[in-house]
Order: sequence, then C-alpha cells, then structure tokens
Amino acid sequence: MKRMKLVMVGNGMAGVRTLEELLKHAPDLYDITVFGAEPHGNYNRILLSPVLAGEMTLPEIMLNDLDWYREHGITLHAGKRVTQIDRVRRRVVADDGTGAEYDRLLLATGSTPFIPPIPGKALPGVLAYRDIADTEAMIEAAGRYRHAVVIGAGLLGLEAANGLMLRGMDVTVVHLADWIMERQLDRAAADMLQASLEAKGMKFLLARQTDALVEGEDGRVAAVRFKDGAEIPAQLVVVAAGIRPNYALAESAGLYCGEGRVRGIHVSDTMQTVTDPRIYAVGECVAHRGVAYGLVAPLFEQGKVCANHLANFGIGRYEGSVTSTKLKVTGIDVFSAGDFSGGDGTEEIVLHDRQGGVYKRLVLRANRIVGAVLYGDTADGAWYFQLMKDGQDVGAIRDHLMFGQNHLGDTGHKGENKAAAMADTAEVCGCNGVCKGTIVKAIKEKGLFTLDDVKKHTKAASSCGSCTGLVEQILASTVGGAYQAVSAHDKPVCGCTEHSHGEVRKAVRELKLLTIPDAMRALGWKTPNGCATCRPALNYYLISTWPHEAQDDPQSRFVNERAHANIQKDGTYSVVPRMLGGLTTPDELRRIADVADKYAIPTVKVTGGQRIDLLGVKKDDLPKVWKDLGMASGHAYGKSIRTVKTCVGAEHCRFGTQRSMAMGVDLERMLFGMWSPHKVKLAVSGCPRNCAEAGIKDVGVIGVDSGWELYVAGNGGIKTEVAQFLCKVASREEVMEYSGAFLQLYREEGYYLERTVHYVHRVGLDYVKLRVVEDAANRQALFERLLYALRDYEDPWAERAAEAAAPVLKRQFETLEA
Amino acid sequence: METTTLDPAAAAAGTGWKTICRLEDIPVLGARVVASRQGDIAIFRTADDEIFAMHDKCPHKGGPLSQGIVHGRQVTCPLHGWKIELESGEAVAPDVGCAGRFEVRLVDGRVMLRA
Ligand code: SRM
Ligand SMILES: Cc1cc2nc3c(=O)[nH]c(=O)nc-3n(C[C@H](O)[C@H](O)[C@H](O)COP(=O)(O)OP(=O)(O)OC[C@H]3O[C@@H](n4cnc5c(N)ncnc54)[C@H](O)[C@@H]3O)c2cc1C
Ligand code: SF4
Ligand code: FES
Repeated sequence: MKRMKLVMVGNGMAGVRTLEELLKHAPDLYDITVFGAEPHGNYNRILLSPVLAGEMTLPEIMLNDLDWYREHGITLHAGKRVTQIDRVRRRVVADDGTGAEYDRLLLATGSTPFIPPIPGKALPGVLAYRDIADTEAMIEAAGRYRHAVVIGAGLLGLEAANGLMLRGMDVTVVHLADWIMERQLDRAAADMLQASLEAKGMKFLLARQTDALVEGEDGRVAAVRFKDGAEIPAQLVVVAAGIRPNYALAESAGLYCGEGRVRGIHVSDTMQTVTDPRIYAVGECVAHRGVAYGLVAPLFEQGKVCANHLANFGIGRYEGSVTSTKLKVTGIDVFSAGDFSGGDGTEEIVLHDRQGGVYKRLVLRANRIVGAVLYGDTADGAWYFQLMKDGQDVGAIRDHLMFGQNHLGDTGHKGENKAAAMADTAEVCGCNGVCKGTIVKAIKEKGLFTLDDVKKHTKAASSCGSCTGLVEQILASTVGGAYQAVSAHDKPVCGCTEHSHGEVRKAVRELKLLTIPDAMRALGWKTPNGCATCRPALNYYLISTWPHEAQDDPQSRFVNERAHANIQKDGTYSVVPRMLGGLTTPDELRRIADVADKYAIPTVKVTGGQRIDLLGVKKDDLPKVWKDLGMASGHAYGKSIRTVKTCVGAEHCRFGTQRSMAMGVDLERMLFGMWSPHKVKLAVSGCPRNCAEAGIKDVGVIGVDSGWELYVAGNGGIKTEVAQFLCKVASREEVMEYSGAFLQLYREEGYYLERTVHYVHRVGLDYVKLRVVEDAANRQALFERLLYALRDYEDPWAERAAEAAAPVLKRQFETLEA
Repeated sequence: METTTLDPAAAAAGTGWKTICRLEDIPVLGARVVASRQGDIAIFRTADDEIFAMHDKCPHKGGPLSQGIVHGRQVTCPLHGWKIELESGEAVAPDVGCAGRFEVRLVDGRVMLRA
C-alpha cells in the first residue's frame, strides 16, 4: 500500500512530540519529512536555562538525536527554513530550494521573540533568548564582557539574568511594570522574589522605559539609555519582552491567522487549521479558541490530540488548558497558576511569613480554587493546581487547605514533604528505595515529562504510591512548567487504551458490554488481551454494572482473588476466615488451632481487622484448610468487603448506648461477597468514645443515645483521612439502607482502585448527600441494586473445597503430575 | 493432592519429552505448575493457544510467575508487577533478568515438556 506523505515544518518540542505520539498509534501510515530551521535534532528548549546557568550541557538536553529520525525512517532537513507553502500543488519549499510534497502538512513553527522597536536593536551584542544559538552567544559574551542588561523581568528574562550572573556578569534587569513577573505574581510575592534575587547579586530597574541602545566605539552595543536620560553600561543586551506566535509562513499561504490581539494560526479542537483541513498546526504558533500558549504542557496535550487525528482515529478533542508556571532558578521556589487577580465574587486565603520567606495566596470562587501564588514553599503547588483543574469543591478541607496536602496525613517518608529542600541522597520512595538524585538524573538524562515515565524508569511511586506527590514535585521543579499533573479523570486506564476509567464505565453501561473481549472490541483496545492493569479493572466494571449477567473472568483477577487467599513473598498464602464483627466462638478457635497444627502453618496472627490470620499455607493445601476450618472466606484478599470492626457496645459496655456488635454483624452479613473498586472496611462503635475507630473507615457508624451517626470516606492507610459526617439515622434498618446505598453508589461510580475517600474527594460530599440522603427514592433504588447484586453469592471457600467442585474451580490448586 | 516428579532419568539425559497434561487443562490466559527436579516449572497458555514454559520463579525476587496475569505473550508477576516475556523468559525493559525457559510443544492437544 502506498503510504501517505506527512510533512512537518518546525522541528521543535511540540511538533516532534506529535510525531512521537503518531508513531505510537500508526507507525506505518506516513512517509514523514521534517524541516527545521535550526541545524540540530529536537532538544529540550526548556533546559536552555540550566545550560546557560552552567548546570547542564547541550548534549544532555537533546531529546531526539539524528539517529532517532533515521530509526523511524523520517527524512530530516535540519538547518532548512521553509519559505513557501503551495496549497494547490501541496508542496513546501525551503530557503535552499529543497521541496517536499504532502498529503497532510503539520505546522509547528513555534514563536518568535518580540523585540520592541527601540533604536539600536540591531546592534551586535543585542540578543533574544530562544534557541541554542542565542544561548551559545550569551555564554560567549559572558566570557568576554562585564555588563549585561536584560530587558523584561518575566520568567525568561529572570532565567537569562540568573544564568549570566552565574557566569560572572554584572546583570541589571530592566522592567516596564512596577513589579517583576507581573503576569504570574502579585506584588507581595514579586517583592519577595526580587529581594532574594537581589541578595544573589542581581540588580533591578523597575518602571523604566528604554529609550535607546547606544552604540560603542567598536560598533557593539555599549549602553542602555532610558527615557529619563539615565544610562547604564551594557556590552550584552538580552531582550526578553515576550513572544509572538510565528505565523508568518502560514499567513503567506493564506491560512487564517487572526487579527488584532489574537494572532496565531487558527485551529479547531482537532488541531486542524480552520482554513485548510489538510493542514494541522500545534505548538506556540497556534491560536486555539483565542489563546496562544507559551508553555509546553498544553502544547503536548495539543500534540496528543493532533496525533490521534493524523492517525485517523478521529477521537479526542483539545479543549484548552489551564497552565501553571515555575521559575527555574536553583534555590528559589516560585509557583503560580490560574487567575490570581481577585475581583468580584472571589475570596482569598493568604499566609505571609516575612521572616521565614514564605508567601502563599489562594484565590477561591464559589469554594473552588481559581488561582494560586506560592513563594518560598511551593511543595503544594501541584496539589493546588490539580484541585484547580478538577474544579473540586474545597469547602470541606478549607480550614487546612493552606497547610498543604501533607497536613492531611502522609506516612513513610520521615515526614519529608518538600522536594526542593531534600538532599539528593534522601529516600523518596520508601517501597522501592529510590532516592531523589536518581529521579532527578532520570528526568534530565532520559527527557521524562510525566509521572508515568518516571514510574517506569525509576520505579519510584510505582508501589504504594504514597510518594506520588513528592515525585510530582521533583518533576515540577526539574522541568518547570512543563510538568502538568494529569488528572485521573482523563488519564487513560493504561497503555492498552486511550480511554479513561470514566469513559470505560460509561461504555460498559451504555453499550451493555458483558465480556472482556466485547469491551475491548467496542472500545478499540490496542493490545489483544490487555494487561495486568486494565483487565482487572474491566472485569470489575462488567460485574458491578451487570451483576448476574456479565461474565466474571478469573484470569483477569489478581492471583489473590483467583486463589481466594493472599499471596506471600515466598509464594505461600495466608488464610483469614471471616469472623463477623470480630466475634468468634470457642469451637471456631479450636478448629483454627487444629488446622494450624495439622497443616504445620508457621504463623498464627491476630490482624488489625479483628480476626485471625493463618500465614504460610501452601497453595496445594488451601482447599483442605478451608474444608477443615468450615468457616467462610474473610475476603482479606479482595477488592471487596473486608471487615466490620466493632466494639463491645451496649451489649456489655457500661457506656454503650447502642448494640454495636449486633449492628456490625448484621452489616457484615449483608455485605458478604461484595466486590468493589477497592477494599471496603466498616466499623461500628457503641458510643462516641469510638473504640472501633469508626472515624477512619469507608463507612463508620457511631451509636448515640438517639440513634446512629453515619460517617463515610475515611481511610487509615497510606494517607490517613478522617471520615466525613454523612447523616444521622434512628433505626438499625436505616443504618443498613444508608450504608448500603452509599456503598452501591461507590460501586457504580468509583474507578477501579479508587478507595471511597478518593471517590468522595472526586465527586464531592454534597453530591453523595444529594444521592443518598436527600433523595429517598434514589437511596432505595441504590440499596435494592446492591441487594440484587449480592443475592445468591456463594462462599468461594466452600465452593472450591467441596468434593463435587467443578474441575475449573479446583484445578488451580493442583500441581501437575507428569 | 499428590505431586509427582518428572521421570528422573529422562530429565538427567536432557532429552526426554514428557506429556504433562492436555491443552484444556491449562486455562486460557492462565498457567499450571509442574513439579520437576529443577524446581517448579510454569506452563502458560495464551489467548491463541500458544504454550510456553519457564522456571516458576521471577528474576526479581522469586515470585511464582504461574500465579501472574497473562496478556499477549507476557505475564505480569504477582508480587511486584514485573513483566516477563513468555517466549524468552526475559524481563521487559527497563527491568533486567531472565526466568530461564523450557521447551514445550503441543502434540494432538497434549502438552509436552522437555526438562
Ligand atoms: C493482615 C493485615 C495486617 C495485620 O496483620 O494486622 C494486613 C495485611 C495486608 N495489608 Fe493491610 N492489613 C491489615 C489491616 C489493615 C488496616 C487496618 C484495618 O483494616 O483496620 C489498614 C488501614 C485501614 C485502611 O485500609 O484504610 C490497612 C491498610 C492497607 C493498605 C493501604 C490502603 C489505603 O488505601 O491506604 C494496603 C495497600 C492496598 O490495599 O493497596 C494494604 C495491604 C495489605 C496487604 C494485603 C498487602 C498485599 O497486597 O499483600 C497485606 C497482606 C499481608 C499478607 O501477606 O497476608 N493494607 N491494612 C490486616 C488484615 C486485616 C483483616 O483482618 O483483614
Ligand atoms: C530559555 C527558555 C526556557 C523555557 N522554560 C520553560 C519552562 O520552564 N516551562 C515551559 O513549559 N516552557 C518553557 N519554555 C517554553 C518552551 O520551550 C516552548 O513552549 C516550546 O519549546 C514550544 O514548542 P514549539 O514546538 O511550539 O516551538 P519550538 O520548540 O520553538 O520549535 C519551533 C521550531 O520551528 C522552527 N521553525 C520556525 N519556522 C520554521 C520554518 N519556516 N521552517 C523550518 N523550521 C522553522 C524553529 O527554528 C524551531 O526550532 C522555555 C523557553 C525558553 C526559550
Ligand atoms: S502488612 Fe501492611 S503495613 Fe505490614 S508490610 Fe504488609 S502492607 Fe506493609
Ligand atoms: S518477584 Fe516478581 S516482580 Fe518482584
């Protein structure tokens, strides 16, 4: 088959990322030709700042070297600038006459530095800061001259000034506005930033307008003169007064590039130019819904969507991005996101510690974060940004919002929570023993931009995940604004699909998908039978959406749920029989003791869930152990109901107001066999002294004199989270109905491996109350669906231990005979 | 349940092909374990009814690969999620290690192993 021809103009970060995404989807669809005006492969432009500062070298910042193009069969014309697009003949021509024909054309020409019309701007020694050539020229000048002036105190200007200063120059930053980085920072934060840069030796002239650049005797720039007549020496002038989308080529080809304030190649949500559907555009050259972006995170999102359409998949739309910025000056932490200008209908939370050099300001509108400025302590930047992008209601966490995510509880990193302040040797991931230096090195050397990349290459945050926040911070501080936390809402389930958990759930429901192969077919899975991440998720979505109809697939369950026991590090298993509400009998205890003796079980332990664990059982022995125990499975292995912890309650306790043991037993019996997105734990206490620790359970029930208080979405694990008050009810029946309805809501809407706490964070407690407390009909319907799903559930242990058990159930426990 | 060891003579000679079970005794996208003088061997079956065998020991920390989830021509170890290529026994990059494969073949629906 003849391949289509794809030509790309502009060999920069957005364009090449688009090609990478395209090659992932459709490696053979196109013959690809790339024109790049710079004589290099694709490099990480962002890291030009550390290069200028002498912290990195040019070879270290290459993302795609020439071999990469060769390996992928891409023809690269490096150092050739396209000067003409002939849309009729579908051809582009470069300045040296090289031509190429296209079926589809991708424009990724980036932007051009804006140089204000100041007399003398063309003098030698006057530079912009955009590419390798500029950086090299600055480094060269720093070796020969003493005085530098940077015009513009935005991100780029300050990074340039910092680099030149570190290279020994005497640097003055000149700025038109009253304070620095006025587009990203408010005055208070800017003043603090300026003070710490001044402490490093940088000089500032604010609210100054440049009149002219003065020529010296050698023909090179020698000074900067201001409107007020003052003059300062400068043998190097870096103009960092902003960037403009580079649309000249596109406009000359008749593509619509806007007018007035919104200039740039106009594209639709599919990244096609509005003028010519064969021509796509991504990156800083683009104007999308009236916005031109200047940070890579949104550009990469554009690239992803564009690649999807170039690959003829036709799904995915780019709908714009919210951006955040970080200044990459070593030792200084500044973070800014969203709209912090305040104004009508907004409220502010401000923390200002002048002495400690910390300033934080959050701007809220209707209980949602709309802007954030952080100085000195940016540890929670990624978190605030995520809350902001998700539009999450922060009403419930408002009083401790300012103190950061870690204030909500975090274990396992010695309380370490500031990535920037950590030493390179400090351990970040306690599960896999990965230290900060290893992560930073991998990010820089391998050109990693996403959390997933870092997980894959370093293993950090790939086990319990509690260090995810730290790793995100390290990413953010290493790659600057290029890092954009992906929200779980739209993150694909795994590499096998483009679809998010939400989309998969929806499709399973709307298309009534009943088997995994059907679901994979309907949703265009990229792998023949998924992977260990998506198959268990799919299996859960099928059986929870279509109980008694969808096919439960044991091969798509984690071994624990297949073997109905917990696998141990040595390949043996643990067996935890169910003890409803933590209650047992002498007879059960005797049987447990006998079983432990008979099968030489090495460890017998009381668990944190009020029952007994037999650890170290050989797999072949499992069915016999179950049979001899004669107790039901405790599902200690499942994404399912685990335990209902109880205290002694009014049955015995002198303070007890309600019969908590009986309540716990009833709840646990009702929920027997309930599969859920993640494990589910309940507790029932007989009075507010709360000996059953109901405050950190998925559902906590606390007896009071007049009835029961219900709490939901607590968690005692990786991140301790206190359960939130749902409502108060009077009777035992209501406790069952409300708890059941809440759990069914979670079962129907939760994403796989999302605990109730995360689910409720995502949808908001108000929503849960609306569906479970305020809407009685809906509550009853939910409750009925739960009972229907749980109907006829058989104890898996009894089933598998029975003599007559189906061979398919038993065979997994049998080692083969030759 | 009893476990039998492979014919010791044949195993020592390294030539013996032994019938282990029938194809349908292994679940699709699943595995079975065979006890042998060289330790447990895992035999896997893919969605396309291909079969593969290797030591039932993950090169990472010895996890029982037979208990993992099979997908495509890979298995994900149940303990810490390394992915192992069924054909070669090699861990999928960036992890490094090899579980050591055995020859298996399918003859008239019978699974034969050479160990
Ligand atoms: C046996 C037990 C420890 C003990 O000896 O006390 C235990 C053992 C394990 N816990 Fe736990 N947890 C046990 C109570 C708890 C508790 C306390 C509780 O339930 O009251 C917690 C905190 C409460 C909570 O869940 O919110 C707890 C929080 C965790 C977590 C973190 C969950 C989280 O969302 O933060 C994990 C990891 C996971 O599930 O992903 C985990 C995972 C595990 C696993 C299953 C790890 C694994 O995947 O193999 C451990 C299995 C050990 C084994 O080899 O058998 N275990 N685990 C407890 C069993 C209780 C039971 O009777 O079923
Ligand atoms: C010093 C510096 C620091 C930065 N720091 C950050 C940061 O911390 N975080 C962040 O998110 N972003 C940062 N950025 C911005 C980021 O680098 C850009 O957003 C990103 O590179 C834009 O990608 P692009 O592909 O649109 O354009 P570019 O990467 O500029 O690529 C466009 C390419 O097209 C070429 N080209 C243009 N016209 C033609 C033509 N007619 N023919 C052939 N080739 C052509 C150009 O030469 C250029 O190589 C920084 C930028 C600079 C300069
Ligand atoms: S039992 Fe729980 S806390 Fe203990 S090591 Fe295992 S997972 Fe960690
Ligand atoms: S033992 Fe297999 S992944 Fe660790």
